[in-house]
Amino acid sequence: MTALRDRYRRRAPGEPRAIGYLYVLPALALYGVFLLYPFGQSVWLSLLHWDGLTRATWAGFGNYADLFTDPSLRAPFVHALVLLLFYAALPVAIGLLLAAVMSRIRVKGMTFFRTVLFLPQVLAMVVVGVAWRSILAPDGLLNDTLKAVGLGSLTRAWLGDYDWALPAVGAVGTWVETGLCMVLFLAGTQRIPRELYEAARIDGAGAIREFFSVTLPGLRAETAVALTLTIVAGLRNFDLIYITTSGGPGNSTSVPAYEVYHRAFETNQVGSAAAVGVALTVLIFALTVTVSRLVEGRRS
Amino acid sequence: MVPRTGTRRVRRSMLPVTLVASLTLLATGCVPGTDGSQAGGAAGAGSTAVPDPARAGNVTLTVWDQETRGGTNGEIEQLNKEFEKKYPNVRIKRVSRSFSDLKTTLKLAISGNNPPDVVQANQGYPDMVSFVQAGLLAPLDTYAGIYDWNTRYPTTLLNLNRVSTDGHHFGTGRLYGISQTGEFVGIYYNKDVLAKAGVQPPKTWADFTTSLGTLKQRGELPIQFGNLDKYPAIHTFGVLQDQLGGAQARDTVLGRGQGFDNAYTKDAAATLSDWVKKGYLPKGANGLGYDDAAKKFTGGDGAYLITGTWLQADLKKPMGGKLGLIPPPPAKTDATPMTTGGQGLAWSITSRSHHPEVAAAYLDFITNPHASDVMTEHGVLPALLDRAAAKIDPESSEGQMIAGWRRLTAGDGLVPYLDYATPSFYDTTSKALQDLIAGNSDPEEFAASLQKDYGGFMKKQRDNSAGSK
Repeated sequence: MTALRDRYRRRAPGEPRAIGYLYVLPALALYGVFLLYPFGQSVWLSLLHWDGLTRATWAGFGNYADLFTDPSLRAPFVHALVLLLFYAALPVAIGLLLAAVMSRIRVKGMTFFRTVLFLPQVLAMVVVGVAWRSILAPDGLLNDTLKAVGLGSLTRAWLGDYDWALPAVGAVGTWVETGLCMVLFLAGTQRIPRELYEAARIDGAGAIREFFSVTLPGLRAETAVALTLTIVAGLRNFDLIYITTSGGPGNSTSVPAYEVYHRAFETNQVGSAAAVGVALTVLIFALTVTVSRLVEGRRS
Repeated sequence: MVPRTGTRRVRRSMLPVTLVASLTLLATGCVPGTDGSQAGGAAGAGSTAVPDPARAGNVTLTVWDQETRGGTNGEIEQLNKEFEKKYPNVRIKRVSRSFSDLKTTLKLAISGNNPPDVVQANQGYPDMVSFVQAGLLAPLDTYAGIYDWNTRYPTTLLNLNRVSTDGHHFGTGRLYGISQTGEFVGIYYNKDVLAKAGVQPPKTWADFTTSLGTLKQRGELPIQFGNLDKYPAIHTFGVLQDQLGGAQARDTVLGRGQGFDNAYTKDAAATLSDWVKKGYLPKGANGLGYDDAAKKFTGGDGAYLITGTWLQADLKKPMGGKLGLIPPPPAKTDATPMTTGGQGLAWSITSRSHHPEVAAAYLDFITNPHASDVMTEHGVLPALLDRAAAKIDPESSEGQMIAGWRRLTAGDGLVPYLDYATPSFYDTTSKALQDLIAGNSDPEEFAASLQKDYGGFMKKQRDNSAGSK
């Protein structure tokens, strides 16, 4: 206690003072009422068996144990991790590549391409879902194009195919997220001092060496931001699945966020839905902390 | 920066506190939900005279429905206006949401402190049965007596809106709602495509199955079908199963049958997978949307479309006179056809409604013979046909729909939706059917996965009944 009081007594500039809490109070109150309190409620519900109407019964950690033992609950998390490849890994890789290329060569009409690539970010996910649902339909644009170039043997009902539905939905995620990553990285490369590139070239570095020695380290902070945003987007993916496949065929594209909705509203398993939601929150939290530690290099 | 070990220690010492706190919460009854003790509160108990809403004073009747589509929306709007005109002291506050929006909000609305007076509840375990278990709906048996609903409706239809007194079984017990509209899964056909292939509209099941081969040979797609949305296959499979064992399937859905481990279920599944293999259904059907398939059918791609009469208006508009409809034809021309079907969502009265008698009068008003005629005029199939139905041209697809409904209700040919069978049956069946259509499972495995869900639930039901005795 005394130690705490001492800390506040010093009042050196930049030192924490109790009055600081007053300034964050309005935001904290909003955050508490609309986020922390509902989250606490979800945690509470996840410990119950509840159909949403009749009296709930105590479940303890039963709903959480189901996440590991019930294959229909395990699958969505596996699918979500596979989707991260498409939602986070690929967009960041492609974004870095594009940024690296564009830092070396000047492209005419850059603003135009940037806008076009960023456009998917601006669209509502529902619009994206409807558009891609028709592109991926059995006689949609993709299959028509494949047939036109003589690859008719590759055509399939993409969203209805047990092996291809998940990658197909993932590819939509890549399409959406790549623009965001690229714009972030382009902004980042403009911040890297020209001298570094010049020095690297004088030292005889080729394009690849330059990328790994100058561009990539220079974009560390942007990479962390891009990874955080895309991982969160990938894991809470609901609208796209809801519009395109409803988790099908079978349950080959079910994801946690869809499972929350499905259990809470359609099959009256509110406790289980809350447990999935809480587990998803923990997973997102763990992954974003990992990213900020490993990639961004933050220590606390 | 706080040392990390410190935080961890704090957390650990907090743990028992949190546990105690949550246990106290549990003990003090902070558990959500009700125990159903309000059940039957407002059932208008005891009264036997026809209630007169005119004497109820100024009443606002809040009604939640999901009739947002063209025909049904218009019909409800007109009937609401007429009801308000008949009883100027009653004002109807209508809240109309699409089916899926209603599903996500209705539970919260009727368990809140100010529930609507009248709601549309979906039949089956997830909605109507759980509402009854929670005591949120008022039993309507008294009103059914007063207004003669028992004689107005065929028993099969009325039973679908019943829930047992212990709140565990569906299809038997007290009446918790009445329905306005009828619906059945039929075979829509494109007259032009059939004529081009030299095929007559089928009169028997054999006619129908032979025509599939003929159509295929002549280069037409026999049956248009899209199953990306998962549920359409339930209707297609229902038609096949009802052809082989309709009456047994009905008993199974209502919880008193032998289940799904039987020959007619496996044979129906074998037929479906045979249709896929022979190309009678489009390739990649699991990847084609329901609406997209319907659109293709209206554009002349596909001779038949097996779906419900809820699509009547949407198909009629682009196709006009080219559209035909028959119930799935029986084995012999004069036999009763059997098919999946039933009625629209039930209109129910909430148990905490302040005006149950006005609500009952409203329910009677929107289902009486006059309402039937209003529905017919709006192109909607009423559960009970009346005078206006006779004026419809019998050669038109609406006329065929009305004639089909007459045959099905007169001969007891309706089998309830398979997904009523257990709370999780929609998921189980739709997944099993997608597996079957994709060729990932055979009829044996298909029947086994259905039976596993059904058998498990029936066991739970028996344990429940044993426990409540």
